[in-house]
Amino acid sequence: MAANPAARGAQLFEYLLHLADNGVVLAQRLGEWVGKGPVLEEDIASTNVALDLLGQARLWLAYAGEIEPRDGAPARSEDALAYFRDSGEFRNLLLVEQPNGNYADTIARQFLFDQWHVLLLGQLALSTDDRIAGIAAKAVKEVRYHVERSSDWVVRLGDGTDESHARMQAAIDALWMYTGEMFTVDATERALIDAGVAVDNESLFSPWQSSVRAVLDAATIVVPADSFMQGSRSRGGKQGIHTEHLSHLLAEMQVLPRSLPDARW
Amino acid sequence: MTVHADTHALAAIWRALGSVVDPEIPIVSIVELGIVRAVARECDGWVVTVTPTYSGCPATRVIEADIRAATGAAIGEDVRIVTALAPAWTTDWIAPEARRKLQEAGIAPPHATGNDAARVQPVTLHRRRAAVRCPRCGSLRTTELARFGSTACKAQYRCIDCLEPFDYFKPH
Repeated sequence: MAANPAARGAQLFEYLLHLADNGVVLAQRLGEWVGKGPVLEEDIASTNVALDLLGQARLWLAYAGEIEPRDGAPARSEDALAYFRDSGEFRNLLLVEQPNGNYADTIARQFLFDQWHVLLLGQLALSTDDRIAGIAAKAVKEVRYHVERSSDWVVRLGDGTDESHARMQAAIDALWMYTGEMFTVDATERALIDAGVAVDNESLFSPWQSSVRAVLDAATIVVPADSFMQGSRSRGGKQGIHTEHLSHLLAEMQVLPRSLPDARW
Repeated sequence: MTVHADTHALAAIWRALGSVVDPEIPIVSIVELGIVRAVARECDGWVVTVTPTYSGCPATRVIEADIRAATGAAIGEDVRIVTALAPAWTTDWIAPEARRKLQEAGIAPPHATGNDAARVQPVTLHRRRAAVRCPRCGSLRTTELARFGSTACKAQYRCIDCLEPFDYFKPH
C-alpha cells in the first residue's frame, strides 16, 4: 500500500531524527571527557568517536531538514534541529543520554550502543532509500572501530583488577535495563520497515546478544537478568519520553545558540 | 566555450587540484588521497565532485575552500563543489605515490581493505591483523598503542625494535 507523501515524509523525518539524535547526544556526552580522559590515548579516542558520531548526525539531520513536511514554512537546517528542539522532541535512545559516571560507566554505555549501532548501520546500508544507504555505508566503517575499542575496554576493565571488575559489573548492571529499547519497533518504524527503508530492530537482537555475551564472558562479567523496560511495547526516547538527564545535557549544549541565535564562529 | 578550451580548462583544474593538500597530512594531495571523484563541465559551469574521508573530518571545509581558491586561480571562474557520499571513500583509493610519501613522512600506509563496506562482520575479540611495518626501521615487530590517533584516519603504533612511536593510516 503506498503511503501518502506527507505521511511518509513525517515518518521518515521521525526516523531520521532517531538516527541523528543518538549521535548528537552521545557525542555531547563524550565531549564532556575532553581534557579529562583517564589517559591521553583515551582522551583522544573518545573525542574521535564523538567526532565520527557528530559527523554522521549532521548527515542525518541535513536529510531530515530537507524532507520534513513544513506546510509551506522554511525548511529547518541541521543547526536549527540540533539547537532549537526541546527534550520532548528528541528521539534518541535513553541509553545514550545516561551520564558519563566513571570510566567503566562510559565504556559500558558505549559498548552496549556500539554493538547495536554497527548491526543497525550494516542493515541500513541495504535500505531502499539511497540517501540512507549511502550515509550508513560510510558510517558503518567508522563504527567498526568504535565497537572494537569499546569491546576491548570492557574486557580490559572486566578482566582487570578487583576494583575495575566491580565497576564494570556495576556499570553493565545499571545500564542493562536501557538495552531493551534498542530492539523495539514502533508504528512509525513498522511502516518504514515494510517499505524497506528502516531496519527491523527486532532482527538485531539475536546477533547483538551473541556478540555482547561473548565479550562479557571474556570480561568475566555476569550477564544481567532482563528487568523492566525490556518488553517490546516499552516506550521511551523514540517517543520523546526521556530521563531527566537529557534536559540538563541539552541545556548545556544549546545555551549559546539560544542566548545568541546569530552567533558565528 | 569550444571543446578545445574545455580540454585545456579540464587539465588546468586537475593540475590545480593536484596542488591542494590535505591540511592534516600536508604531504599528499587530495587527488592522491582519492577525495576528488570527478571534474565535469555542466550547463552552469565546472563541477568538482568530492567525497569526505570520515563523516566528521574537520578538514572537509578547509579542503573545499582550498579547492575554490586553487581552481579559481587556474581557470578564472568559480567551480561548484558537490559532495558525494556513495560510494564511500576507502583507503584503497590512495595512490601508490601517496603511499610512498606517507611512508617517507613516518606514517605507515594502510593495508588493503577489500572494500566491502556493506558487509556485516562479526566483531570478535581475537582479531588477526596484517603486521604493520615500522616506517622508520622497517621492522614488522610493531604494536598498536591506541585505535585512535591525532586525526580520524590514523591509529597510534609503536615499534618494538627501534622503540619509535608512529602513526598508522587505518585501512578504511
